[in-house]
Amino acid sequence: MEAYVYDHVRTPRGKGRPDGALHEITSVEMATQLLKALQSRNDLDTGLLDDVIIGMAQPVGEQGGVLARAAVLQAGYAQTVAGQQIHRFCATGLDAVSLIAAQVHSGMIQAGIGGGVESMSRTVMGYDSGAWTSDPSVAFSNYYAPQGIGADLIATLDGYTREDVDNFAVESQRKAAHAWENGYFKKAIVPIKDVLGDVVLDHDEHMRPGTTLESLAKLKPAFEGFGKAGFEAVAKAKYPEIEELNYVHHGGNSSGIVDGAGLVLVGSKEFGEKAGLKPRGRIRSYANIGSEPTIMLTAPAAVSRKALKAAGMTEKDIDLWELNEAFASVVMRFQRELNVPDDKINVNGGAIAMGHPLGATGAMILGTVLDELERRNAETGLITLCAANGLGTAAIIERV
Amino acid sequence: MKTMRLEKAEDGFAILTLDAEGSMNVVNDAFIADMEAATKQIVADESIKGVILTSAKKTFMAGADLKQLVNGFGTLTPQEAYAFSKRATDMHRAIEQSGKPWVAAINGLALGGGFELALACHRRILVDDAKAQVGLPEVNVGLLPGSGGTVRLGIIAGMKIALDLLLSGRSVGPQEALKLKIVDEVVPADKLIDAAKAWLATVPDPVKPWDVKGWTPPQKKGLTVPEDSAAYMMYTGGLAKVGYNQPAPAAILNSVFHGLQLPFDKALAVEGKYFAKLLTDPVARNIIRTTFISKQAAEKGARRPEGFPKFEAKKVGVLGAGMMGAGIAFVSANAGIDVVLIDRDTATAQKGKDYSAKVLGKLVEKGKLTQDKADAVLARITPTDDFALLDGCDMVVEAVFEDTAIKAETTKKAEAVLPAQAIFASNTSTLPISQLAQASRSPDQFIGLHFFSPVDRMGLVEVIMGKQTSKETLAKGLDFIAQLRKTPIVVNDSRGFYTSRVFQMLIHEGAAMLAEGVPPAVIENAAKAVGMPVGPLALLDELTLDLPLKIVDQAIAEEGDKYTPPAGTAVMRRMKDEIGRSGRKTGGAFYDYPEGGKKHLWKGLADHFPVKQDWDVEELKKRYLYAQAMETARCLEENVLETPQDADLGAIYGWGFPAWTGGTISYIDTIGIKKFVEESDRLAQLYGPRFLPSAWLRDKAAKGEDFYTPASETRVKEPMPA
Repeated sequence: MEAYVYDHVRTPRGKGRPDGALHEITSVEMATQLLKALQSRNDLDTGLLDDVIIGMAQPVGEQGGVLARAAVLQAGYAQTVAGQQIHRFCATGLDAVSLIAAQVHSGMIQAGIGGGVESMSRTVMGYDSGAWTSDPSVAFSNYYAPQGIGADLIATLDGYTREDVDNFAVESQRKAAHAWENGYFKKAIVPIKDVLGDVVLDHDEHMRPGTTLESLAKLKPAFEGFGKAGFEAVAKAKYPEIEELNYVHHGGNSSGIVDGAGLVLVGSKEFGEKAGLKPRGRIRSYANIGSEPTIMLTAPAAVSRKALKAAGMTEKDIDLWELNEAFASVVMRFQRELNVPDDKINVNGGAIAMGHPLGATGAMILGTVLDELERRNAETGLITLCAANGLGTAAIIERV
Repeated sequence: MKTMRLEKAEDGFAILTLDAEGSMNVVNDAFIADMEAATKQIVADESIKGVILTSAKKTFMAGADLKQLVNGFGTLTPQEAYAFSKRATDMHRAIEQSGKPWVAAINGLALGGGFELALACHRRILVDDAKAQVGLPEVNVGLLPGSGGTVRLGIIAGMKIALDLLLSGRSVGPQEALKLKIVDEVVPADKLIDAAKAWLATVPDPVKPWDVKGWTPPQKKGLTVPEDSAAYMMYTGGLAKVGYNQPAPAAILNSVFHGLQLPFDKALAVEGKYFAKLLTDPVARNIIRTTFISKQAAEKGARRPEGFPKFEAKKVGVLGAGMMGAGIAFVSANAGIDVVLIDRDTATAQKGKDYSAKVLGKLVEKGKLTQDKADAVLARITPTDDFALLDGCDMVVEAVFEDTAIKAETTKKAEAVLPAQAIFASNTSTLPISQLAQASRSPDQFIGLHFFSPVDRMGLVEVIMGKQTSKETLAKGLDFIAQLRKTPIVVNDSRGFYTSRVFQMLIHEGAAMLAEGVPPAVIENAAKAVGMPVGPLALLDELTLDLPLKIVDQAIAEEGDKYTPPAGTAVMRRMKDEIGRSGRKTGGAFYDYPEGGKKHLWKGLADHFPVKQDWDVEELKKRYLYAQAMETARCLEENVLETPQDADLGAIYGWGFPAWTGGTISYIDTIGIKKFVEESDRLAQLYGPRFLPSAWLRDKAAKGEDFYTPASETRVKEPMPA
């Protein structure tokens, strides 16, 4: 059984702060508006869908209680459509798509929607916490350190200077601005409306086009405080080759805190025929992996190899790579490890420029890659994300 | 009851006075049995309306008896340790659930078990006296404050204050205790009992908040509260600064984490389980045995030969006013001893005295000493170049340049003036005492007193017995060290004595790793990871390479081919002779010292010592510990050392061997001698004969003989509070 991508949508990304345009929009409302858009733009008989999996990195409060089911009902979908919530930190959005694809691949379902949502302005990072960071017995023996320490650790080990990572950030901003100017995201974006039906946001609000090395140089390193409070000692315990941690990351070269959602419609061939839809892409493979949890963010290379192996492909077979820009050093390490040239990865910018709505990003960037493959008339794309506690996910798509 | 007495009064307020035999009250089996009985009696006696708990000693209660706690490891199962802990927990619970109000009238120091007892009372009134410190210092002995200490402090003071006190082991004076709300009232000493009675007269409710139905634990919402979750994350990260060798801080954090979430009795049970794990862990045993029991025993004369009258130095000559001489002059004058400080001219001697002025000035500045007292100390030091002033000295300490001829000349000049009975001590750190004693008119009165630098901060003195040094001279030397309030160890004469000899193993091991291709940062971090305060390369930079190389050269000169130069010799020679970097004083060896910046490892090292990638930090950590432990075992075999206590104290206080091990010899006992020998054989195969166990050690291993025997524990007779 093959699993095809029929459509994908995403919200614009709003600043994840009280003054962000999406702050008044709840997470379930973002998901609802996307579900409605998928239905209406495809004239979709929702009774053909079996399952909707929507993940988030903070499945608590208004994002808890199986938000997917609430959104399904809120969007007026057939009540037979099941709902599920998943959580694999930042891997969530892509993993939700993979799980729909897996059910289609197995023949147990015909179609479903996978993706994620995160209102970081409303469900602040840390609401979910968990044993891995905060139960002393677990966090201590697992050598937990915050992600920013992991990012600076990568930079220290690989010798990336502040200028290197800032340069990376400048490029992300430049590429994102260029993509927006040329309308590359237009097809995927669903403007979000308020209770009156007026659009509150139709573009990515976090971007800072025109960012330069000089403007970034003014920013103070963000994670030195964590380091000095003890986490540099944690990092050294795991990586004794570090004389001291080089603190190079800050808000300007790390992923932005934003609100947003993304969904991907996946189904079998028969589903497409019944729904009268033409498949746009095929999901070749997907994989998850765990890696060393203190440095936390280095799984993408290994999980990409795993996905390539599952698809019977090699690095050479991939036309476009997309690795979530959690931190500049994450992508730099990945490119070095898999020998990926700059012009093949994150070609339309990434989360440093546009923001990273944790649980939603994976679905969003899968859509970005599919659109770009179509625009370039290229064939294959590999999407991957690093995730907390050493997790990583990847999926390979191919145009049909 | 032997440890307390209960007196009833007409007003119905009984006074329970802690008054054990000896100078202080400690928590031990006798105390617990008495307290259980007293509590029962109080509950049963309807005429008693309230209880004032106080002490007949200067202190309230100083803690648990470490002599009992040191035996937890190896004798108790964790379950037995839990039962032991639960008995004290139940004792406190019986007090707070007695149905009668108890007020702790804390008349002095209340630490550890003493403050836990006060926390179990319904009110705490503390005497307004700076010496009346309260706190829970158990973390310092590798334990946690059991019997409700972490739970009650957490609830009473809140997570933040409780963890600050519990993780630091810091005790606080009356005003801070009041501010932190860990005591309810602070009153002058003569008002203590009145204040207690006044409170009891208000007919207070004897039910603790947590025993009221409907009480919810302060952090019942657990990690769903983001601020609490973030706080525990930060505290856990902070543990890494202490390192990963000591289980107590993490156990304390876990106890508080659970203690604030669980119902009270469940919280006590969890705390008791963590306590039991620590009590049966060798780390607590090691810390308690060496840094408390052996240390105090040494200070109280464990190694002093019996049968000689107590010696008191009233006037001491210090020969040589360099860094060591100046320090020795200071600590002597500070102990009330008159000092004649001699150097080649008065100006140089005066410079040595200036050091005391500097140290005293800082103390005055910080408000720790009055100007009068500082002046009095200074007035005791007479700087001079005139040996005649040594007349009437009870002893001299020689601290001149490390050269046999110069020392011999100095000895003769001093002895020409010294009274016949005066003893002569040399502060040499390298030259054999027996050889130096040849210059003395009475080698039996000649002894080595090896002080450590800086003398005013380093507590250890390594006493070196020359071949002819008499027992009487040893007794006098130890009495002098006791006057200085320092900790002595006693060793026999040989090259490097004990501390310098084994310390060489550390720095040579680090240097040797560099030649093997271990990255320099790993060399340093591996040493710090086992708990050494400073990495070996940084130590070498401070020492300069000249010093260890001089020791090697001297040994080659004396022994020739029989001598095997230590492991790092080649690296040190290359650094000094070929690369031209020999230490910090000359601009840096392994480190660079940028002006106005932080020192960092010299980047050029990689060009001379190419880095390999296949190092294993666990193996490096083991090599540091094993190399030093093995050399210490040799010192015992060769009778350079006579007791495991001297070995362990010297290691911890002499060169900073990590306290969690208990010292170099406790480390072997902790691993188990059989395993130590097996593992050493493996290391010897891979890294060289310095790890090879001797026939003597193999024989001990075959017999399964520990270095510490039950007999080694008998050096202390008094109970010792935590």
